[in-house]
Amino acid sequence: MANGATAAAVPQSVPKRMIAFIVRWTTATNHKDIGTLYLCTALLNLFLGGTLALCIRAELFIPGLQFVEPNFFNTLTTMHGLIMLFGFIMPVAVGFANWLIPMMIGAPDMALPRLNNMSFWLLPTATIMLVSTLFMDGGAPNFGWTMYAPLSTTYGPPSTDYMIFAVHMLGISSIMGSINIITTIATMRAPGMTWMKLPVFVWTWLVTAFLLIGIMPVLAGAVTMMLFDRNFGTAFFDAAGGGDPLLFQHIFWFFGHPEVYVLALPAFGIISQIIPTFSRKPLFGYRTMVMATILIGFLSYIVWAHHMFTSGMPYGAQLYFMLATMLIAVPTGMKVFNWITTMFRGSISFETPMLFAIAFVFMFTFAGCTGVMLAVAPADFQYHDSYFVVAHFHYVLVNGLTFAFLAGAYYWYPKFWGRMYNERLGKIHFWLSTISVNVLFFPQHFLGLAGMPRRIPDYALQFVDFNFISSIGAFVFGFSQLIFVYNMISSRHRGAPASDQVWEGAEGLEWTLSSPPPHHSFQTPPRVD
Amino acid sequence: MSEPTSSEKYYVPASSHWPILCCVALFTFFAGIGRWLHELPSGPWVWLGGVALLVVVLFGWFGTVISENLSGVYNEQVGRSFRSGMKLLILSEVVFFAGFFGGYFFIRLWGVPMLGGEVHPITSVMLWPDFTADWPLLTNPDNGRFLGATDLGSPWGVPLANTLLLLTSSVTLTYAHRAVGSGHDGILKIGLLLTILLGVTFLGLQAHEYMNDYERNNLTLNAGIYGSVFYLLTGFHGFHVLVGVIMISTMLGRAMKGHFSRPGDHFALEGVAWYWHFVDVVWLLLFLFVYWL
Repeated sequence: MANGATAAAVPQSVPKRMIAFIVRWTTATNHKDIGTLYLCTALLNLFLGGTLALCIRAELFIPGLQFVEPNFFNTLTTMHGLIMLFGFIMPVAVGFANWLIPMMIGAPDMALPRLNNMSFWLLPTATIMLVSTLFMDGGAPNFGWTMYAPLSTTYGPPSTDYMIFAVHMLGISSIMGSINIITTIATMRAPGMTWMKLPVFVWTWLVTAFLLIGIMPVLAGAVTMMLFDRNFGTAFFDAAGGGDPLLFQHIFWFFGHPEVYVLALPAFGIISQIIPTFSRKPLFGYRTMVMATILIGFLSYIVWAHHMFTSGMPYGAQLYFMLATMLIAVPTGMKVFNWITTMFRGSISFETPMLFAIAFVFMFTFAGCTGVMLAVAPADFQYHDSYFVVAHFHYVLVNGLTFAFLAGAYYWYPKFWGRMYNERLGKIHFWLSTISVNVLFFPQHFLGLAGMPRRIPDYALQFVDFNFISSIGAFVFGFSQLIFVYNMISSRHRGAPASDQVWEGAEGLEWTLSSPPPHHSFQTPPRVD
Repeated sequence: MSEPTSSEKYYVPASSHWPILCCVALFTFFAGIGRWLHELPSGPWVWLGGVALLVVVLFGWFGTVISENLSGVYNEQVGRSFRSGMKLLILSEVVFFAGFFGGYFFIRLWGVPMLGGEVHPITSVMLWPDFTADWPLLTNPDNGRFLGATDLGSPWGVPLANTLLLLTSSVTLTYAHRAVGSGHDGILKIGLLLTILLGVTFLGLQAHEYMNDYERNNLTLNAGIYGSVFYLLTGFHGFHVLVGVIMISTMLGRAMKGHFSRPGDHFALEGVAWYWHFVDVVWLLLFLFVYWL
């Protein structure tokens, strides 16, 4: 309760207040404080990564080299990918987990609060190290976020070593965070909160945390081998010494594919909370939802090589990875079916979170369909490393998951801060974002099918029109997010006070607490029947 | 207000400055290694600063937890959380080694035979037609760049001795663990001391074997893929043994102060024991697949 103490005794002078402020946030052990830190850091990184993306789209606005050198263009794509994945979309999910899981299961806090603080503060620490590579001699890493050897070993710039250490710290952060989340769910549930009563968001995070524990150490191992190859003369990824560059791709994608579901599952969880609320019906098929989550988690471990069809693989392996990948469409389809069936004959109202959630269902399903196209091994030889792939995974990550997290931000904002956001601005933000994001990414499918490769700063003339349209969409989408930031900041003091229930149809323990909730959510465990 | 909230069921610690200091220590540590690798003169000093701060943090953080435990503010729920956390930490370590073992088997069963001309002979014909795939790989495809090892030691010498040392150490640790809370502090201390001695002997023999490999057999980090995977797997295992020895030494220090003589919840020793047994199992797999088969 030292947080409360520092807040209560307001020191007089400005420097003292600044010190008190810094001490309060750097030493925080409260799950809400840490959740807020995660969410704010994620937002900052979203704009950092977004700025890099706008540089990319500005360069691709018209053919020819306008603003950046080809090598710097490569560092832009690399840093954009790394910052968005590790700095934005993973932390935003962890931020929601920190805020919500203790409230949803009826606990006062996370099980290991000090570890929680360390998980968070490793994130800005690692981000600083990662971003500092931009200012080093030889430039930042320029081999894409996939860090393929030998681009990252033999040909990587000197700053690659610092990127490796940043990844190590991010890995420690994720593993500690996951340990904490699983432990919290396992040991801190309120009496009567049985496994099959857990909200779907908690279930998705439980599976996500196990995925993270199963993949982050593997990534740490991969970048460690990279470090050794770069500095100590080993031959892990060098065929001249008997190693194999494909080994890196296998290990990386063993991490990389479950990583996709690490990002997606919490988003599924958020959508599964929002749609029932605004449909005023309980979630359709709770059990199948839980089963589908576990199944997706399991399948995600055994499909990694579909990223490597063109790298060379026996036909039997290609066939296996193709079919296994397509199998993931089944549990994902179950989820989409359940969301739609929850809405079916519900008394739906279209507040901003519901709008984002419905847009998520549409656009994520579309992204899933292009995913099935990419899974077809013979066809993949045409799509591979083209803008079609870029369009596919941006539909997953931006049109899908980012929309889900925006939905979550609007949905729980009144609960977190006790004030309603501005509904009118929310709707403007929604429509601007939805239209512009499709203008941004939809044409990229055509570019890819027509043969435009990814990660190039210049392109042939037949690709001009679609790139032009895409860049316009990018700038509109990027700047519309400022409306969101303005809404979040201004409503903090000017918004109408929110009731405890907030949404008419909302169910779950978090809505029984006051808005904003008390510092330690549940001092005594509530009874769940 | 400064009292930790202690309702009937939950324990919530107050805010703490150790985690943020730990982050600063890790940053300094890694920045130091980075500067060192890039041959900047400040590198080793920055790294040492990181290590020193890390040591301070570990003492401070664990010290806080120990004194909280001794003052009796913990309850049964905290014990369950610590146990769950330790099990998951060990799970993540299992995955860490599983990744390396996966890489090892990929190289041994797929990568090297492919270079030798299996599946697609064209790879071998175009690149290194004289290369023959063997395991352990002593002659590399490009033996000019990566000079292979001349000889490998027998698994029935030092590696077997090391296996026996670690197996015995698991027994002595279990022996010590059983004595916790029973009042037989002597047995506990002797058990822990024996475990530490066995662990240190293991490390000494391993270091001796490494020197032997380096000087006489030319089995170095530069000796191609065999040297790479050999040192990666055994090196990380050795590092874990070192960490384990430090942990058990800490337990011995606490046993000397009588922390484990009362009956009660002694999670620390239990967690350390789990860790040690895990390190033991990793060694058995190493002995089986890297040294022997």
